[in-house]
Amino acid sequence: MPGLWLVLIVLALAIAGYVIGRQRALQSGGGNSRALHSLPRFYGWNVAIKVLLPAFIWLAVWSLVQTIIVEKTVSGIIPKEEITIGLEGEDLDLALKVIDANHSLRMAEMRRTAEGLNYLIAADLLTEDEAQNLTLDKVDVEKLLKDAGQVVTGEIIAPVLKASQRKLALDKRADIMKSIFIIGVALAFFIYSVLQSHKDYRARNSVEFMILGLLVLMACIAILTTVGIVLSLAFNTVEFFSIYNWTDYLFGTTWSPRSGAGTHQPLGLLPLLWGTLYISIIALVVAVPIGLFAAIYLAEYASPRVRGFVKPALEVLAGIPSIVYGLFALITVGPMLLDIFGNSGIGIMPGARSVMTAGLVMGIMLIPFVSSLSDDIINAVPQYLRDGSYGLGATHSETIKQVILPAALPGIVGAIILAASRAIGETMLVVFGAGAAGKLSGNPFEAMTTVTAKIVSQLTGDADFTQPEVLVAYALGTTLFILTLALNFIAQRIVNKYREQY
Amino acid sequence: MYDVPNTERDTTVNDIKISANKVQVYYGEKQAIKDVDCEIQDKTVTAFIGPSGCGKSTFLRCLNRMNDTISVCRVEGSINLDGEDIYDKRVDPVQLRAKVGMVFQKPNPFPKSIYDNVAYGPRIHGLFKTKAELDDIVEKALRRGALWEEVKDRLGDPATGMSGGQQQRLCIARAVATEPEVLLMDEPCSALDPIATAQVEELIDELRSNYSVVIVTHSMQQAARVSQKTAFFHLGNLVEFDDTSKIFTNPEDPRTESYITGRIG
Amino acid sequence: MTMEHTDAVPGPSTKSSLYALSPHVKKRNAKEARFKAIGIGAILIGLVFLVILVTQIVGNGASAFQQTRIDVELTVSQEEFDSAEKSSLKTSKYRGILENALLVTIQENGIETPFTKGKDIRPLISSGAGNTLRQHLLTHPDQIGEPFKFNVLTNGTVDGYLKGRVSRESIANDKSINEAHLELVDTLKDSGVLRKGFNMGFITGNDTSDLRPEQSGFGQSMLGSLAMMIVVLLVCLPISVGASIYLEEFAPKNKITDFIEVNISNLAAVPSIVFGILALAAFIQFGGGTLGFSALRNSAPLVGGLALSLMTLPTIIIATRASLKAVPGTIREAALGLGASRMQAVFHHILPLAMPGILTGTIIGLAAALGETAPLLMIGMVAFVQMDLDSVSGFFSDPNVGMPAQIYIWATRADGAWYERAWGGIIILLVFLLTMNIIAIILRRRFERRW
Repeated sequence: MPGLWLVLIVLALAIAGYVIGRQRALQSGGGNSRALHSLPRFYGWNVAIKVLLPAFIWLAVWSLVQTIIVEKTVSGIIPKEEITIGLEGEDLDLALKVIDANHSLRMAEMRRTAEGLNYLIAADLLTEDEAQNLTLDKVDVEKLLKDAGQVVTGEIIAPVLKASQRKLALDKRADIMKSIFIIGVALAFFIYSVLQSHKDYRARNSVEFMILGLLVLMACIAILTTVGIVLSLAFNTVEFFSIYNWTDYLFGTTWSPRSGAGTHQPLGLLPLLWGTLYISIIALVVAVPIGLFAAIYLAEYASPRVRGFVKPALEVLAGIPSIVYGLFALITVGPMLLDIFGNSGIGIMPGARSVMTAGLVMGIMLIPFVSSLSDDIINAVPQYLRDGSYGLGATHSETIKQVILPAALPGIVGAIILAASRAIGETMLVVFGAGAAGKLSGNPFEAMTTVTAKIVSQLTGDADFTQPEVLVAYALGTTLFILTLALNFIAQRIVNKYREQY
Repeated sequence: MYDVPNTERDTTVNDIKISANKVQVYYGEKQAIKDVDCEIQDKTVTAFIGPSGCGKSTFLRCLNRMNDTISVCRVEGSINLDGEDIYDKRVDPVQLRAKVGMVFQKPNPFPKSIYDNVAYGPRIHGLFKTKAELDDIVEKALRRGALWEEVKDRLGDPATGMSGGQQQRLCIARAVATEPEVLLMDEPCSALDPIATAQVEELIDELRSNYSVVIVTHSMQQAARVSQKTAFFHLGNLVEFDDTSKIFTNPEDPRTESYITGRIG
Repeated sequence: MTMEHTDAVPGPSTKSSLYALSPHVKKRNAKEARFKAIGIGAILIGLVFLVILVTQIVGNGASAFQQTRIDVELTVSQEEFDSAEKSSLKTSKYRGILENALLVTIQENGIETPFTKGKDIRPLISSGAGNTLRQHLLTHPDQIGEPFKFNVLTNGTVDGYLKGRVSRESIANDKSINEAHLELVDTLKDSGVLRKGFNMGFITGNDTSDLRPEQSGFGQSMLGSLAMMIVVLLVCLPISVGASIYLEEFAPKNKITDFIEVNISNLAAVPSIVFGILALAAFIQFGGGTLGFSALRNSAPLVGGLALSLMTLPTIIIATRASLKAVPGTIREAALGLGASRMQAVFHHILPLAMPGILTGTIIGLAAALGETAPLLMIGMVAFVQMDLDSVSGFFSDPNVGMPAQIYIWATRADGAWYERAWGGIIILLVFLLTMNIIAIILRRRFERRW
């Protein structure tokens, strides 16, 4: 029975449950809804939710477990035939990883084949028996699938076909069991909750309790996401450090990955970190003064009309995606700087991509970020402090410099740290603006690269997830995550302290 | 019913410090003050009383042009300080406010040290040449604010850590430090407990010997206790302005009487 | 009121007229003016950057909405059609037909040209034109054997020449095209056979291989983005509203709640690329690989949408909580006082009042997600994918790109014609973003309530 039907049956049960539960409760109250503990519809909802919730949870659990078990069972059919005799130590590790990778490729092909066969059966091009009895020597399975518009990426070898047939058979059996089980669960809860529907039953409390549970679940998604990030970074980072020396990564001063060079290639973090920080500092030098003064003017001097025009304009600047800034850096700002500082000018800028290019444009990008955060913070300084200062005969700028800014300082520092965290995590702009080679240089007009840019370059394209030069991307991701998390943490602490003050 | 005002204090008639003629104040379209005429004497405490929203605070804020900081606020008529119109184009509100200081409803010390709070005015107005002079000004101001004995050992502590009453006296000391001629106080005791209120009231009485003090208050008892002159505002009008003793014992206007006997307000 | 020390120092307490500004005040006012000027300067710099950016975008991208085409009159006989269909190089056969027809058209217009063979003018027309002609004939079989007018895309270089991107000098090293071709282009343009027109294909079309910039379009990536935005909306809106209601209205003040709050605020600051790594590891490698969910595959909008959802979630939660918080407690108390349960108070009174704020936050969150590129890079949504737009089977699971990813792909092809495409794509993307932001602003203005 296809999954859709199963869902529809459960839904139908829930709707029937709503009607019957409501009706039964009303009857028990003699048709007078005031005799009921809760409104009649709560009795309906009580049944409906109790039918839906367990059925869907079990459906999800069952599907997950079924997938895992079937995968495990059929994966034995696809052999890991590579020879590892005579290999030792690192080489053996590497060989084993390659074998694993090949195996998972075949498993993916197996899944696609099974899906294709399923499609053929559904489209009445094959009967189930025919699908089970297909053999490669009699039928060109690849052609069969391709003609039906299915994706075939690799060569379908005999074990792959056999495994996919086995998967089909197993899945079919399990699906029937699943349908029976799920409908059984839904029915059981249906009967149970319909029997509950009596005028004295606290249906509203029961429904609200279940809704609250749902809300808690949603609130926990945030934790789940964090756990997901930490796990996905940690697993692969550990993997990386199992084949690569962590001191070489953390303290290495050269970055030059070569594909296939194994563990003996320089993957030093320092040049990337230097590029990241250099660009971020330039960006902050541009963004902080401009953003801060813009915020001061907007919050303290601007008339409502000017504010009503400038604020949205700055918001537009903030809403422009970073890839646009990246292209702006590459095509406009880079060549412009090259004209001045390049070989035709001062001669200290070898190419359009440079730390300065990326830093300047990132600064422009961060102006609205700094200004809107600072604007909020300046506006949060209580009016009575301003009054106090004006009442003593201070001018506007004296009030700002000596009362407002000192009072807002912690908040502004927090905003600057947040901006720094933004700058460090920015990706698209540096991919286009900064360059590709990791370098430890002081010249801001040279091309350098950043942590984020290298995560992109190491993970895109034909990535072989057994090689250190690919896995290093996860270590870089972890570094970036920890760095931004620490900055955010500090900023939050400062801002919260500032909030407590007023 | 009320503390009987010390009528002896009212015997000497002082010079006119501030005189207001036909003052009108608008917030956008809405008129908040209508045709107010009033003369405020030097070395006298003048109290503005009246129900909430009667315009007493608004009028007070006109006297040192604090209303300039509200963009929709418009003032017509004339207000003279020592015979000079403070709304004249040539007058810089900054210079005016140095002469007419202000203390606010809520104690509003800056988030700085006690010393820096008091030194703020002298610093921006350039009232001293050496650090010793500044120290001197701060000490004198704190003495006038009746705070010196309490804080002389902790001048570097943040002002926000003081008690409410101390904070308000600090704000008064801060205002006094710029050597004003008039001191405006907008309900200076409304955020304070009775003990702190008594201290501040005592201080106001002492300040009278040097300054012209104008105080807005919600409390009729307070007006009766501290002031020599009282002005009663109602719905934006100055209903009655006379000696405090007269207002509280024998008001001329029925509205004043209703108010002080508690029938309106 | 005289005090000893004030006699020595000039200050306001010395009886001075209010009408005369003291030198000290003059100095202070000058400082004030300077300070204010710096503020205006900062605002102006910001605005100037905005203007430069917008001029760059429009200046570089507007031409993508124009494309050069040639009108060719031709007749394809049934024999030609049959032989072309039998050939294994179908499209080049059709292209040959087009080239010959174009030469005839040129000669019929009385234009002198050194080219005598159809093959010679091959550089003029798009390399994809053969296929276009074939598709045209397959859908209009009645035109076989009849003369008809066919509008052919010119080659990207010719198009670039007319748009001023390509010059005679710049093709000096280009073996495929020479100056004689460009001269022919000039005369064709003067005679009106060749002209620029609105480029509908750019808005509706899909990406092409990097030899045919003239044929590529942004439409496919718009569909990809649409798919992702649907996923983001379906995932984000219910979860963020649910989570916010719990945290704002029901959560007890304890360690777990605090932990969730810290988590949310930290997630808001995690760089987007980290969410890309998460999607790669958790959805594609674990969900699609280890667990075998086939919809979770590389380059699928479903995965992209999920990655963007997780990224957007904190933003929308923060906005939702702010608008829930803005509903005054008195309304909750009023409902509770009438005997409503807490759940009823929230769903009947607070949530409806907070809805405009929630929607505004959601739209702004969606706009941010729409422009995000880095996570898409991580999950492979930047590969060259050509979708047959007529037969999309898995709207959410078929490999696709998103709008910013398409811009990235074009920009990395590093060629004038592709840069023009990229800027053109940016214009379309920004139109979407601007529209969303304007809707959000209108919503906010319309329903803004001051309690």
